[in-house]
Amino acid sequence: MMQSQEILRLKEIARRTRRLIIESVAEAGSGHPGGSLSAVELVVALYFHKMRHDPKNPRWEDRDRFILSKGHAAPLLYSVLAQAGYFPLEELKTLRKMGSMLQGHPDFRTPGVEYCAGSEGIGLSVGIGLALAAKLDGKDYRTYVLLGDGELQEGQVWEAAMAAVKYRLDNLTAIVDRNGIQQDGLTESIMPLEPLEAKWKAFNWHVIQIDGYDFEQIIDAYNEAEQTINRPTVIIAHTTKGKGISFMEWSPQWHGQAPKKEQVSKILEEMGLL
Amino acid sequence: MESDVQMSGTRERKRVMGDMRTGYGEALAELGSINKDVVVVGADTTQSLKTSLFGHKFPERFFNIGIAESNAVSIAAGLALAGKIAFVSTYAAFIPGKCVDQIRNAIAYPNLNVKIVASHAGLSVGPDGASHQQVEDIATMRAIPNMRVLAPADEYSTRRLVFTMAESSGPCYMRLARPKSPLLYTNGDVRFAIGSSNILRDGNDVAIIACGLMVSEALDAADTLAEEGISCRVIDMYSIKPIDSDAILKAARDTGAVVTAEEHNIFGGLGSAVAEVVCEHNPCMMKRIGVKDTFGESGEHDELLAKYGLKARDIVGAVREVVRAKKR
Ligand SMILES: Cc1ncc(C[n+]2csc(CCOP(=O)(O)OP(=O)(O)O)c2C)c(N)n1
Ligand SMILES: [Mg+2]
Repeated sequence: MMQSQEILRLKEIARRTRRLIIESVAEAGSGHPGGSLSAVELVVALYFHKMRHDPKNPRWEDRDRFILSKGHAAPLLYSVLAQAGYFPLEELKTLRKMGSMLQGHPDFRTPGVEYCAGSEGIGLSVGIGLALAAKLDGKDYRTYVLLGDGELQEGQVWEAAMAAVKYRLDNLTAIVDRNGIQQDGLTESIMPLEPLEAKWKAFNWHVIQIDGYDFEQIIDAYNEAEQTINRPTVIIAHTTKGKGISFMEWSPQWHGQAPKKEQVSKILEEMGLL
Repeated sequence: MESDVQMSGTRERKRVMGDMRTGYGEALAELGSINKDVVVVGADTTQSLKTSLFGHKFPERFFNIGIAESNAVSIAAGLALAGKIAFVSTYAAFIPGKCVDQIRNAIAYPNLNVKIVASHAGLSVGPDGASHQQVEDIATMRAIPNMRVLAPADEYSTRRLVFTMAESSGPCYMRLARPKSPLLYTNGDVRFAIGSSNILRDGNDVAIIACGLMVSEALDAADTLAEEGISCRVIDMYSIKPIDSDAILKAARDTGAVVTAEEHNIFGGLGSAVAEVVCEHNPCMMKRIGVKDTFGESGEHDELLAKYGLKARDIVGAVREVVRAKKR
């Protein structure tokens, strides 16, 4: 059982993260709030509890790696990296603006970013490369890759799914943000993914299904993945697109649209995020 | 020489804006009612590309394949193999960006009747940044045998080229820009043929050959240059492959100086295509305006055009240089 103190701490960080996402996307005037809000707890649990990393030394060789394969959730990654201390919170105001270190999609000019994502479907393969290198170098760092569920429609994800099993990459964890929504609508009507667990199992992955907002389940799953030997683990996290902002929840419309700047304080107040 | 189109002055031109995706989506829906063989394949961006207009009208001929671009273009190939006219669309970063092999081997090599129409080409996707910008598509598509390449300059020409493409069997790639842009053409009897071009403004000191949104910048540049007494011929080179060699050579002969302008890498795009014709047949002073072999970044479209040297004033500078060099 996890200490309730620790859970409360993580919850508070998650709350602040949602606020920073809304503020930075509104300030930018464009971006993807839905998929950023959807995976807050999954990423907060990595950077503030599970992963071995050092914001003062972003290129530390032994750090655990996190790859945001669904790169459009950049506002989430940036909000977490800033709070962890990779760069000042102030920078979040420059998101997507000319000359900013915070590009619309993750890019190496931001300290702490591990991969230039944006074109979906590539990150799991890159994660395999990192995990293979760890094995080659005899290092014990772990690699985490966060994927969108719509992203699983890219064939390359399943090419990667085969490769990770071939190389017994037990140092690799894939996390699927199973929010059921992509850009045009519901995943199950655009291009059905179910039965999703059976698919990953058929590829011989260790599969864990969790509630993507329950820190205890999230951290248990990360620990279980670490203890699983000889094969990679995929965590299918059941989530809600737009989580925490009532009118954005379950709404494909808020996949890639920024709230108006004038509405931010009202939204934050109503959602108890101030 | 007579212009193909009656152009209005810059100020008036800016007043009426159009949207290439609306032109594309509406034309496609119209084409669908005329021709039952037209089918449309999408990749989770069908509302953005406005192919959903076709989808609502003809759900049985509309296939949203999800976020799976290589699959989408290959399915379009299969549909074409069975006799359909298959349009397939998403953002240029992903088609052609993500599936050049499938386009080459499943579409171009068998010479299938697939029309690839991609939006957000060039830097026009702005704040999304370099991963979503596409400044290589003209080069990659132009290098593939059988593939034709079009880059319309406004909403009206986009509409017209949808029909032009459908009438001509075989693979074709058309790139669109994201932002609204000035309407350069109005209804009329302007011709839009594959392998042709339009002179939007005549002149004899220099020829500015442009495509896409840069045509509008070229016309602005021509206005400025006219005040300095430099007379520009502005050519909308909407067909980049096959290219209108006759118009290029005539322009080179008549003016002795050519400037090209495109929202694309200077390597392999319109400038390269024009240079190939000019160098082989009628060498003259030439300058290319384009992205100088670098990735873009986040910023507003206009800020990016300014930073990467793609504004009317950059064309003006290049024109002054070639005109000066020509006199020497
Ligand atoms: C290869 C590719 N195709 C298309 C896009 C455009 N796009 C951006 S996000 C998105 C939908 C993403 O859905 P999902 O993966 O489920 O992410 P989430 O719901 O977590 O936001 C699309 C189609 C892209 N970024 N990459
Ligand atoms: Mg999703």
